[in-house]
Amino acid sequence: MPGPKYPGFDTLALHAGQSPDATFGARAVPIYATTSYVFRDSEHAASLFNMERAGHVYSRISNPTVAVFEERVAALEGGVGAIATASGQAALHLAVATILDAGQHIVASSSLYGGSHNLLGYTLKRFGIETTFVNPRKPRDFKRAIKPNTRLVFGETLGNPGLDVLDIPAVARIAHEAGLPLLVDSTFTTPWLMKPFEHGADLLYHSATKFLGGHGVAIGGVLVDSGHFDWEASGKYPQLTAPYEGFHNMDFEEESGTRAFLLRARREGLRDFGACMAPMTAFHILQGIETLHLRMPRHVENTRKVVAYLAKHEMVKSVGYPELKGHPDHALAKRLLPRGCGAVFSFNMKGGREAGKQFIEALSVFSHLANVGDAKSLVIHPASTTHYRMSDADLKKAGITAGTVRLSIGLEEPEDLIEDLGRALAAAEGTRMGA
Amino acid sequence: MDFSVDGKQAFAYTAAHALDRAKPTIVFVHGAGLDHSWFGLQSRYFGHHGFNVLAVDLPGHGRSEGPPLASIEALADWVLRLLDAAKIERASIVGHSMGTLITLECAARHAKRVERVAFLGIAVPMKVSPAFLEAARKNEQTAFDMDTIWGHAPQVPLGGNPNPGMWMYGDTLARLARLAPGVLYAGLKACSDYAAGLESAAKVRCPALLVLGHRDQMTPPKGARKLAAAIPGARTVVLPPSGHSLMAEAPDATLDALIGFLREPMAA
Repeated sequence: MPGPKYPGFDTLALHAGQSPDATFGARAVPIYATTSYVFRDSEHAASLFNMERAGHVYSRISNPTVAVFEERVAALEGGVGAIATASGQAALHLAVATILDAGQHIVASSSLYGGSHNLLGYTLKRFGIETTFVNPRKPRDFKRAIKPNTRLVFGETLGNPGLDVLDIPAVARIAHEAGLPLLVDSTFTTPWLMKPFEHGADLLYHSATKFLGGHGVAIGGVLVDSGHFDWEASGKYPQLTAPYEGFHNMDFEEESGTRAFLLRARREGLRDFGACMAPMTAFHILQGIETLHLRMPRHVENTRKVVAYLAKHEMVKSVGYPELKGHPDHALAKRLLPRGCGAVFSFNMKGGREAGKQFIEALSVFSHLANVGDAKSLVIHPASTTHYRMSDADLKKAGITAGTVRLSIGLEEPEDLIEDLGRALAAAEGTRMGA
Repeated sequence: MDFSVDGKQAFAYTAAHALDRAKPTIVFVHGAGLDHSWFGLQSRYFGHHGFNVLAVDLPGHGRSEGPPLASIEALADWVLRLLDAAKIERASIVGHSMGTLITLECAARHAKRVERVAFLGIAVPMKVSPAFLEAARKNEQTAFDMDTIWGHAPQVPLGGNPNPGMWMYGDTLARLARLAPGVLYAGLKACSDYAAGLESAAKVRCPALLVLGHRDQMTPPKGARKLAAAIPGARTVVLPPSGHSLMAEAPDATLDALIGFLREPMAA
């Protein structure tokens, strides 16, 4: 028989996490621009510090406006809770720092946002955490790369910029067989296109700067826990299952069960690393989330029209969008992303680097900048910008060439976007013919 | 802290404190399909304020070895055997949902060993609908959905969680997903089959407190009226915004009600 009904996605996007303000009845989420909160008395203060009462102490650890954002994203993703961070990169760092120590190891997809590749490939190495990068299209490679000291498996739901679709069910199975959690970067898909926890991922994060915020006005991130991974049963995570001297000798798993990861991430990670989200940022991103379910279908619809146009253009060598039959992940995308494959994709132009330069500079509606997931359409040349620090070999592994151009399709009239692209491609073609 | 009860491993959270027989003891007993951490804030408070706490994982739940026990009476006797294992003679007992019925049976069957009882979200009888029971018996997702949705006030999915950043529905679903098949069913059936409620209530001789959620969809306050009247001297506190998950939905008000009750000097 059918059970009682959960609120739908659209309702949660507008309401989850917020009760109307109890003092003034404000319907919109109030911006609590405060660093700290007055204690009722000394015992109340001590109880808040010792986690005997719920509430806020200091806005680096939690803030009422930020908490609405966290709970709303957790609700949309189907997680036990979430932690907002200063950026998507801070969310990735918080996830890693919560469960990995020096001397431990990550297995990650090679097809990652350049900043994530830097963090794992170079920066974390300085702190004793090594990463092996593997082809996301070969789940078995994840298995082969797992070592006794591996503590995390990581990939992007849609790889950046080649849109490799991560086979989350297969990679999650491999991770779980090894007693490891799977973390995914879900920025390109958002919960409207895919809910990774339903496919087996254990942890996820977003650069909320992108589609969640949707308007390019605020930098932020959010880390969400499914609560499904059993840290105690794995036996590999004393950070969560043994008394921690740094927080009242707390055994986070014993204390809170399904909430252990988030508890340590908040009580240690936000407390000590401090990469928290500002309340104004949470407010801005919440405004975006309230229309996520209206924006994402239009992003996808516009993208399909642009992809169809580019795929037939003579200046275009290839378009990397998984909805195209020739894309290597076409079948997987149909299974995991039935609502669409997002609005960020890359294509390869004929004519190499110079043609790419002419193309970008001839665009008028598209803005040339380092971001994706805006309501406005965006363009960038990954090899010289976002993925600049990657070696040629790593660029090849990530599917990037000198002629690769990444587009983020916005909410403009699709005919205007196509006209803009046509004009720019003509300019690039002139370069090629003259060369 | 691990104990051995009936030759099986049994776990009780003690707020990271060793048991001190000179201190008063509070036992926390969770509901069907849940575990000790459901009382996280409240048990931690008392553990750090002069009490021994034993927030138990009932058999088959959390860290305690299964299988789950089939009746409220058997579970009440198990709680007393856990007290034996902990070498605690007398304790106050705080129960939630199914744990309230276990608490009631403890007070009725073992009056000399029970100092006070607090019932959080109780109804007598605690009948479970046939559809819910059947879905739980088959270990269907529908049963977890019913437990989650009916286990909270209607505004919970749209309202703010007092615990910053947490999503109550998600937390409940994640806990239920970790259960071994049949554990939720065993608990719900034990509740539904329990018939001694009012008879046992009349045997309670210790101070009793009922804490009820005004918007409780699982055990609405009206379901506790006869019980409250049947327990001599029982007091009732109704928390206006809360549903069935009082410790999560109204953590401070629940704790304040318990502090007032459990710290009150005993009548001579």
